Amino acid sequence: MQVNIVINGQEVTEEIEPRMLLVHFIRDQAGLTGTHWGCDTSNCGTCVVLIDGEPVKSCTTLAAMTSGHQVTTVEGMEVDGVLDPVQEGFMQCHGLQCGFCTPGMMLTARALLDQNPDPSEHEIREAISGQICRCTGYSSIVRSIRWAAENGTPVSLEGASS
Amino acid sequence: MQVPAPFEYERASSVSEAIALRERLGEEARFVAGGHSLLPMMKLRLATPEYLIDINDCTELFYINEEAEEIRIGAMTRHRELLESELLAQHFPIFRDAEQVIADPVVRNRGTLGGSLCQADPSEDLSAVCAALDASCVIASTSGERVVPMGDFHVGPYETAVGPAEMLTEIRLPLRPNGSSAYHKVERRAGDWAVVSAGAAVWMTGDGAIADGRVGLAAVGPNTTNIEPVRQALQGSAPSEDLYEQVGAIAAEHCSPVTDQRGTAEYKTHLAKELTKRALRTAVARVTSTTNGAMTNGAG
Ligand SMILES: Cc1cc2nc3c(=O)[nH]c(=O)nc-3n(C[C@H](O)[C@H](O)[C@H](O)COP(=O)(O)OP(=O)(O)OC[C@H]3O[C@@H](n4cnc5c(N)ncnc54)[C@H](O)[C@@H]3O)c2cc1C
Ligand code: FES
Ligand code: FES
Repeated sequence: MQVNIVINGQEVTEEIEPRMLLVHFIRDQAGLTGTHWGCDTSNCGTCVVLIDGEPVKSCTTLAAMTSGHQVTTVEGMEVDGVLDPVQEGFMQCHGLQCGFCTPGMMLTARALLDQNPDPSEHEIREAISGQICRCTGYSSIVRSIRWAAENGTPVSLEGASS
Repeated sequence: MQVPAPFEYERASSVSEAIALRERLGEEARFVAGGHSLLPMMKLRLATPEYLIDINDCTELFYINEEAEEIRIGAMTRHRELLESELLAQHFPIFRDAEQVIADPVVRNRGTLGGSLCQADPSEDLSAVCAALDASCVIASTSGERVVPMGDFHVGPYETAVGPAEMLTEIRLPLRPNGSSAYHKVERRAGDWAVVSAGAAVWMTGDGAIADGRVGLAAVGPNTTNIEPVRQALQGSAPSEDLYEQVGAIAAEHCSPVTDQRGTAEYKTHLAKELTKRALRTAVARVTSTTNGAMTNGAG
């Protein structure tokens, strides 16, 4: 079947088998390997992408179900060389070590801040509770997201106001 | 790598289209709602449908509405909307209690009420919630609609009253005065399925007795979403710690948990009793607090 998914603003049209999972479509068809693939059982959250702005586990979504929708992956966070404040925050506050969980964590953080620009530590911990990090112990991730809340205007909004 | 077996994909943009497709494609077709129970099963080849009918474009199934005597919820309403709904929180606080601990926020963005009930997994929290609230389910087919009470909806584990050419479209929750509800769950870690959970709903008389009360349990075996002897014990009784103790014991007797990696059968039976007590205690306290202490709590 033919699917048409807008990934990071770019239309990707491919002929696929209906059983193809979104995570494989993104990595293998669109060639965007920033989206990681871990547990394959909807538990770890490293495969999280935004569908129409909402975080979703892409290993538990069919590419077919996403046809006609907008997907944002980690590659779409930086615009024209300017990092999203969430990415900046992860750099400033050491929000990653091995980096495996990082794309999913950052996208969930972006969606959280879009809804709630000034989240408490508790709200941040709740938002990322479906995602596992084996390295950081989470504290530096929470600090990174707070950094973004305090210091950042998202690139997408800056673009919109200029 | 886990990949589902091959199937054909169809997308329905209305209930009538979905039902027509289901009727045409027959027993080998399944609806996919959030897909967060079905796709994991398909990835493990525990489910191998030949056709998937995607119902995410059936926009008419996304709603939480208040009618004169009931709240009506569309089958495609997602966990997240159930969690955030002020209307539900006001009438049925059990929903927010439960939704805070169902899966994790990312899963809750996709999973639906209809999918949860149709999955009919005895560990599914919303089945216990809906049973405690005395819900009924609207099932549609090409020949019209029928309304099935929650007690008849689950035919067995992973089996519902929804026939091969039918679709669950709506869940109705009766609004009755002087009532409240609560949910308590024990889980191993954030986002996990319940070790055991218990939901309770009570409706009180003017003089502080329990007019009607129901308890639904999850993860302790089949047929525990509405235990009739629990209801009988609650009816007409004054709420007290003794009553909760007695009802907790009845609930524990009626469950049949199995030992697995989440805990031993003995531990789960203990939890069934303890969580039933807690859920009843919270539900009764909520009724008394919303009626501004106008009613005695009957404990003394
Ligand atoms: C990591 C993880 C953790 C979870 N933790 C919990 C938890 O703690 N508690 C809990 O209760 N649940 C939990 N779940 C399950 C989650 O709530 C699912 O979203 C839910 O069970 C199914 O909803 P769905 O919309 O995804 O259904 P789907 O997977 O799309 O469908 C489930 C079944 O229902 C059928 N169906 C769906 N809609 C209809 C309809 N309208 N009419 C007829 N048939 C229909 C489908 O054909 C399928 O057979 C968890 C899931 C995951 C992945
Ligand atoms: S790979 Fe999707 S949740 Fe782990
Ligand atoms: S940085 Fe290694 S898993 Fe999170």
